[in-house]
Amino acid sequence: MSEEILLSVKNLEKKFPIKGGLFSREVGAVQAVSSVSFDIKKGETLGLVGESGCGKSTLGRSILRLIEPTAGEIIFKGHSLTQMRKQDLRKLRRHMQIIFQDPYASLNPRMTVEEILSEPLDVHKVCNSKDEKLKKIYNLLDLCGLRKESVSKFPHEFSGGQRQRICIARALAVSPDFIVCDEPVSALDVSIQAQIVNLLQDLQKELRLTYLFIAHDLKVVEHISDRVAVMYLGKIVEMASAQELYHSPKHPYTQALLSAVPNLDPEHKATRIVLKGDPPSPLSPPKGCHFNPRCPIAKANCLESYPVLRNMGSHDSKVGHQASCHYA
Amino acid sequence: MSNLPVLSVKNLKTGFQTESGMLLAVDDLSFDLFKGKTLGIVGESGCGKSVTSLSIMRLVPQPNGKILSGSIEFNGKNLLDLPLNQMRKIRGNQISMIFQEPMTSLNPVFSIGNQIKEVIQLHQNLSKAEAQNKAIELLKLVGIPAPEKRINDFPYQLSGGMRQRIMIAMAIACDPDVLIADEPTTALDVTIQAQILDLLRNLQSTLGMSLVLITHDLGVVAEMADDVMVMYAGQAVEYSSVKELFSNPSHPYTQGLLRSVPRISYGAIQSADKSKKRLETIPGIVPHLLNLPKGCRFQDRCQIAQDVCKKDDIPFEKLSVNSTHQTRCLFKGKGNNS
Repeated sequence: MSEEILLSVKNLEKKFPIKGGLFSREVGAVQAVSSVSFDIKKGETLGLVGESGCGKSTLGRSILRLIEPTAGEIIFKGHSLTQMRKQDLRKLRRHMQIIFQDPYASLNPRMTVEEILSEPLDVHKVCNSKDEKLKKIYNLLDLCGLRKESVSKFPHEFSGGQRQRICIARALAVSPDFIVCDEPVSALDVSIQAQIVNLLQDLQKELRLTYLFIAHDLKVVEHISDRVAVMYLGKIVEMASAQELYHSPKHPYTQALLSAVPNLDPEHKATRIVLKGDPPSPLSPPKGCHFNPRCPIAKANCLESYPVLRNMGSHDSKVGHQASCHYA
Repeated sequence: MSNLPVLSVKNLKTGFQTESGMLLAVDDLSFDLFKGKTLGIVGESGCGKSVTSLSIMRLVPQPNGKILSGSIEFNGKNLLDLPLNQMRKIRGNQISMIFQEPMTSLNPVFSIGNQIKEVIQLHQNLSKAEAQNKAIELLKLVGIPAPEKRINDFPYQLSGGMRQRIMIAMAIACDPDVLIADEPTTALDVTIQAQILDLLRNLQSTLGMSLVLITHDLGVVAEMADDVMVMYAGQAVEYSSVKELFSNPSHPYTQGLLRSVPRISYGAIQSADKSKKRLETIPGIVPHLLNLPKGCRFQDRCQIAQDVCKKDDIPFEKLSVNSTHQTRCLFKGKGNNS
């Protein structure tokens, strides 16, 4: 892993307006992502965890401008994506790809594997001849552990894990530097999950890929990530190296999340912090710290002011450990 | 605790008629469920765990699905022999079920109060006012705040975790002897999952129910279950107490499953050697139920498979004479060379 920063996100914000009333005026807004900043170094995997509705997928898609962010800046390989014109952005998309959660819904059922993998190659004019293209497709299939014969098959002829391999092959077709993995294994069975996680790790090593790995499964995230960011209601509440975050989580939300994961050892039933209630609606986040209604250690000033993300003075200051809690 | 099982399934076979022949989704399954205990059924999608629970409830989709043979004894009666009107009296009353998707298993056009009261009035001789009070009590029991107001809410007004609580309230409305929970927390977030598992455990100890917990999450099983049955391609491949299963897994599939789950190390693994660490996998995929190999169904993915595994059906045998631990592996999960 080098020190070179591949992607830098600064104060990214995404609001979804809610229209209603006469003339469908804007009556409110869902603050899906609010002032999120982070850097990803080349060859690194940043894990992004949080519960459903916390804005992690919106964040992943805003980075690629598949959803237009409302404010903030994204700098990818020295280019500011947020300022860029659409046609320039399209050229740059070659270097950043995405793998979606549901391999059943993200492949066109009427296209053969060859057509699916040809599309990105054609769009970005990667290959000069038909032969070269076919060779490239065979390479991709081989790389992702699929048989050559697969080229003429349709998505329905594959199992879930194999379909996810096709999605990965499609993302790799244009040799990207950066891939957003949006819950790539959550729709798969346990034994297949492990195969896909290994594949992603092998590919990263071989092709020097950089990942933003979005997931809600804390076990998988710890396994694959170098650094992990925890999101709650549109904001990053804690960010640290994977080792540091799982070993000494500072934010009470991270602590509760970690303790909620069922333990695989029936003899050791860990003491568990069970959070009360549900995550609040992002439509009207609570005043002060967003976590205060569910927080076991909330005090008076948590209801007043939102705690800024601050350094935790960790021993490993190179990586940095940040948390947004008044009492962490 | 008595030694007579509340629910005893014997040699159950459930199949679906398809264009290319009879598909045996559950093949010769037997298990016992004891009073106040939790049986975990684990397996991957398509292994037959949901069809098992639907068979117990006699809710196998008609007309293609059919229970072909076997018996399901509940308190000494064979459920498969009961006429439908009697089965209806047991269903939701003595045996009830929670489904995976709390979003789709509630009726969106009726208030939750209405839906809970329906169960109560159907099975118990209560007046409207009494049913109302009982429903409020149930909501309180499953931890819904301000139940007097919430009872008039419609499903869309509730979050996923709350909806699952409503499903649980409906399921326990008539103090069932057996509660079948089919992936009750799969659609929920971890913090909500922790709440729901806590709730189920508390209800079980206060009401003395027996629980059949169907899940693919080995962590949930480790926490909740007393006994575990592992299923693969329609068959039980291993059955034992939860402690035995995790300390001495004796079927290559169970062993593979346990190894392929990443464990939270809480930072114990140095990030430097993490890049070298790979998850162990089970190679290949589950065979299609219409195209099963001869002999052991796991042979293609098994690391210790021998020629004998390809000959005949593998018996489901005890590890030793006195043990309750059963496995469907000729080598008891141990390779010849190990």
